[in-house]
Amino acid sequence: MTDNVNLSKRRLLIAATTAAGGVAAAGAGTPFVLSLMPSERAKAAGAPVEVDVSAIQPGMMIGIEWQGKPVWIVRRTQEMLDLLARHDDKLVDPKSTVPQQPEYCNNPYRSIKPEYLVVLGVCTHLGCSPTYRPEVAPADLGADWPGGWFCPCHGSRFDLAARVYKGVPAPSNMIVPPHKYLSEGRLLIGDDSKEAA
Amino acid sequence: MMNLLKNRMMNLLKNLIGWIDARFPLISTWKEHASEYYAPKNFNFWYFFGSLALLVLVIQIASGIFLTMNYKPDALFAFASVEYIMRDVQWGWLLRYIHSTGASMFFVVIYLHMFRGLMYGSYRKPRELLWIIGMIIYLALMGEAFMGYLLPWGQMSFWGAQVIVNLFSSVPFIGHDLAILIRGDFVVSDTTLNRFFALHVIAIPLILVLIVVAHLVALHEVGSNNPDGIEIKKHKDANGRPLDGIPFHPYYTVKDGVGAVGFLIIFCAIVFFAPDMGGYFLEYNNFVPANPMKTPEHIAPVWYFTPYYAILRAVPPLFGSQFPGVVAMGVATVIFFFLPWLDRGKVKSIRYRGPIYKIFLALFVVSFVGLGWLGLMPATPTYTLISRILAVVYFAFFLLMPWYTRIDKCKPEPDRVTSK
Repeated sequence: MTDNVNLSKRRLLIAATTAAGGVAAAGAGTPFVLSLMPSERAKAAGAPVEVDVSAIQPGMMIGIEWQGKPVWIVRRTQEMLDLLARHDDKLVDPKSTVPQQPEYCNNPYRSIKPEYLVVLGVCTHLGCSPTYRPEVAPADLGADWPGGWFCPCHGSRFDLAARVYKGVPAPSNMIVPPHKYLSEGRLLIGDDSKEAA
Repeated sequence: MMNLLKNRMMNLLKNLIGWIDARFPLISTWKEHASEYYAPKNFNFWYFFGSLALLVLVIQIASGIFLTMNYKPDALFAFASVEYIMRDVQWGWLLRYIHSTGASMFFVVIYLHMFRGLMYGSYRKPRELLWIIGMIIYLALMGEAFMGYLLPWGQMSFWGAQVIVNLFSSVPFIGHDLAILIRGDFVVSDTTLNRFFALHVIAIPLILVLIVVAHLVALHEVGSNNPDGIEIKKHKDANGRPLDGIPFHPYYTVKDGVGAVGFLIIFCAIVFFAPDMGGYFLEYNNFVPANPMKTPEHIAPVWYFTPYYAILRAVPPLFGSQFPGVVAMGVATVIFFFLPWLDRGKVKSIRYRGPIYKIFLALFVVSFVGLGWLGLMPATPTYTLISRILAVVYFAFFLLMPWYTRIDKCKPEPDRVTSK
């Protein structure tokens, strides 16, 4: 019996069947993998958010929710802004060369108006939400602390322009989301295109 | 009259077993894995933990099934449904405390089981595959525990998942999409909770049970190691049975039964008197509902993950990426797989090893426990420095092993097993 078997033909058929079966398996598996990706509803949840910033007291921070993440808006005082330029040597990226902000916020204050900082309240290390510590030189953060954020998860430190300090786990400055002023005190977060209103 | 009835019953049972045995390998399986599985006669205290791990697996599956009957995998209802189980479901508090205590005790037992393997060289040839299967069980168990921890939807559940999923997003190039694929959303959300529930209650337990069976089959194929680290199959009697072996049943079923009773006494003491174990088994922040807008003041994983977590934190970012820390953490877990080939010692058991191995093993235990403690602490500069030193010690145990096990002065192994 085995003498009459065409072995090379059999090998070819086995290879062809395996290949065709593999393609079919990959095709059948695709819907299962795609079902794990964000649903249409999850994708639609990223709509821009409007916020009134005129009511924020100087030195205070408010947090709002955008795309399920915290967005912080800080109304910085003149003293806070003055302190920002004095510790460039301690920062990883004082000039904001890494594009963690829209082009219009690539300035020493990382904001459109120096007074208002808008930043995604998510640590660039592993996504914790850092704690707002605006006070100067508190006991636990050291005498040279000029105010900023401290991440309780892994000890990352950021200044009041959300720029990261050297020697902490977070690799980059916090992200400034796209935003624009609709009027003097009304801010739109999540959309900076001309048409947005 | 009574005798006649008794005989009838015995015959009926015998016929039933005979009927089954003609259609299913019942008697032969029992013999192969219990009554005629010959295990070394010198097992000591450390040999309790394999069977105890099996016991905890059963406890977790049983208590877990009953918990799912009242738990709701929905971000709006999950936290409340756990509180409902705790307060309103009859004996629900007991089911939940059994399950939460079981999770921690599972790792206590597994870590001791693994340490037994390190001491007696149980991973060495011919048990390399047995060890690898065991390590896969360990990794599956970590995934199972991590996903289960999200389900109560407390602050620690949420932020723990946030941190761990973000580990994957630091993978170069594909990381961002990988994290989205895991979460099923751009943030940890209801979708994430729902799928972690599916994986926790069916996918991973199913895999766990299958690989536990594979672990036992592999064990019974090569035979158990023992505290002397020598092969009992070298000396057999006329019937081919190892001279130093005794049948697993009844000898070790009885011994393990005693171990199970002792273990359950401790287990119940925890369930009834200290179910949260001072915040180590159930973290206090997890009694606060998840709030995606606010990270708790201090977050730490549950104790059984903290050695790896401390290694993660100890590595500073390189080239503007935290990926090296993630890699170090991954390597710290995966490096166990390579033990069978890293160890070049002439003997297996610590009883006949030289002083160098003993010192390295002791240092490894110090680093593992130390890192575990540091992982629970806040990240201060001093603690970070200690973490870095201990992380180096941790890796040195593995990476220097081919060298120090070879130069170590071993004592001669005995020909037959000894009992101390």
